[in-house]
Amino acid sequence: MSAVSSNSFARSNTAVGLFFMLPAAAFLLCFLTYPLGLGVWLGFTDAKIGRDGIFIGIENYQALARDSVFWMAVYNTVLYTFIASVLKFGFGLWLALILNEHLPFKSFFRAIILLPWVVPTVLSALAFWWIYDAQFSILSWSLMQIGWIDGPINFLGDPNNARASVIAANVWRGIPFVAISLLAGLQTIPQSLHEAASLDGATGWQRFRFITLPMLTPIIAVVMTFSVLFTFTDFQLIYVLTKGGPVNATHLMATLSFQRGIPGGQLGEGAAIAVAMIPFLLASILFSFFGLQRRKWQQGGQD
Amino acid sequence: MASVEFANVRKSFGTHPVIKGVDIEIADGEFVILVGPSGCGKSTLLRMLAGLENISAGEIRIGGQVVNNLAPKERDIAMVFQNYALYPHMTVADNMAFSLKLKGAARSEIDKRVKPAAEILGLTPLLDRFPRQLSGGQRQRVAMGRAIVRDPQVFLFDEPLSNLDAKLRVAMRAEIKELHQRLKTTTVYVTHDQIEAMTMADKIVVMHDGIVEQIGAPLELYDQPANLFVASFIGSPAMNMIKGKLDPDSALKFKSESGVELPVAKAPESAKGRNLIYGLRPEHMTIAAGGIPAEVVVIEPTGSETQMIMRVGTDLVTGVFHQRISAKPGEKIGLSIHAEATYLFDAETGKRLV
Repeated sequence: MSAVSSNSFARSNTAVGLFFMLPAAAFLLCFLTYPLGLGVWLGFTDAKIGRDGIFIGIENYQALARDSVFWMAVYNTVLYTFIASVLKFGFGLWLALILNEHLPFKSFFRAIILLPWVVPTVLSALAFWWIYDAQFSILSWSLMQIGWIDGPINFLGDPNNARASVIAANVWRGIPFVAISLLAGLQTIPQSLHEAASLDGATGWQRFRFITLPMLTPIIAVVMTFSVLFTFTDFQLIYVLTKGGPVNATHLMATLSFQRGIPGGQLGEGAAIAVAMIPFLLASILFSFFGLQRRKWQQGGQD
Repeated sequence: MASVEFANVRKSFGTHPVIKGVDIEIADGEFVILVGPSGCGKSTLLRMLAGLENISAGEIRIGGQVVNNLAPKERDIAMVFQNYALYPHMTVADNMAFSLKLKGAARSEIDKRVKPAAEILGLTPLLDRFPRQLSGGQRQRVAMGRAIVRDPQVFLFDEPLSNLDAKLRVAMRAEIKELHQRLKTTTVYVTHDQIEAMTMADKIVVMHDGIVEQIGAPLELYDQPANLFVASFIGSPAMNMIKGKLDPDSALKFKSESGVELPVAKAPESAKGRNLIYGLRPEHMTIAAGGIPAEVVVIEPTGSETQMIMRVGTDLVTGVFHQRISAKPGEKIGLSIHAEATYLFDAETGKRLV
């Protein structure tokens, strides 16, 4: 009797639970699963704008494999992500460490640090567009005034200059996220650990190396995974600054996919490029999955 | 091992003075406890000795050397923190070896120091565990192990037992005391618990509001408190304090505000006519028919003794009796007070007169 009633209670509990999950499930299905599935499907078709495609198997991917522009975009994306992430981590950690000290106007600085992050990307990209302008660049002008260079720098016209320029803009935009997140991590490290270490004879560097860094690694893993994902899928900055030029030198996979799919009309090919990003993204998620696993010292017992 | 001296040490946070001129001398090998209510500055004083807070004025000397401007790592002291401050990402062995590793000691040397320390504290089977996997008492021991391995000039303890449950606290109290007897390293220990202070210390420093109220051996403070603060702080249950004056007619009688007459052993000339406070420890009274009339308010048998709160006149008085008492609340009894064990304090200055 009681077993039956508790059983039906459990069943009705599950039903209620499922019922409450419905809105979220519907939302995820409509806006996540469906577009993703559609994208993957389009990648296997020769769909063009205004014409439903037919299934053509992996023809799109075979074409991409022979496409030097696609490989250039892959190279650019990996380079862009790697360099920008390393720089963002370095500067972000440095900034977080500074902001964690007892500074005057500490909260003011902490707030102002977030500015690059809260400004819409397109706006800041437009500002950078001016900063990098071939004739009116403030950077070129300043350097010429100091007398370090004779003529304006061709920031966005030369392939390598353009790559460096977009990376710099991305780093500028991404630092606040890394810095603020790591600062939050730094603040969870009890002060007494630093005090104990300094009594144990640790120098400032040794305290950083043996206390701060190991205790920060779980947060570094999360933050850098997100940072890598954001950077890898970056679109707006490139699209405003260079549109992938000069001569595809700054095309990332995201911008190339859009370029081929929408203005170029080749929906199937564009979708295939977008799908080709998935393995890279999965790899970085797996990396974070293992990085995020509770380390041995975090397991067992309560505080 | 070394002596420690505080000479007119002061500390302010901004304009707010926290330590208002403290002089303490601690002999080599002594176990000294700083005790006082929270906010009295005892922890700040300890942290100044450790070098974690700077010194606003005065001098702190360790082994005769002024350490005011030495960094913590140059002072050769080890500290056990209230929250233990164990490095959570290191094993017990690594926690204990950390200071030696920083010094660049060889693996064999580290083993030679860590193993015996772990042995002393019973940590040998736990050396490969992480702090999270330990119980409170075990963590406490690791924190002490980390200090022992250093073999420092001075051990500092900052309320090390306050995170433990009552039973463990008593056990660790004995362990720390035994450890000190074995190592004989100068120790400065901070607590707010006067029982810890009484049971462990060679010398107690009672602090209150940034100043030292009294320094002395535990029983000295108990038997001869310098003032009202020390008298009320040391001892549990606390000393009974009754306001009143000496009876002008009979020199060896104290008259409480509600008119009850209490015996005193001697009454100095200076006490006459002043507002006084009569101090009586709970154990210095017995029940005697025909004694001072008292009414039982609460009776608390603990087995080994009986505590009773009684109303004497309008004052509430706590008594501790070694026999079992079958009195009921509201019952009238008589009290006999041991006159030679009573105290008289000046009500204005708080100083003890007798």
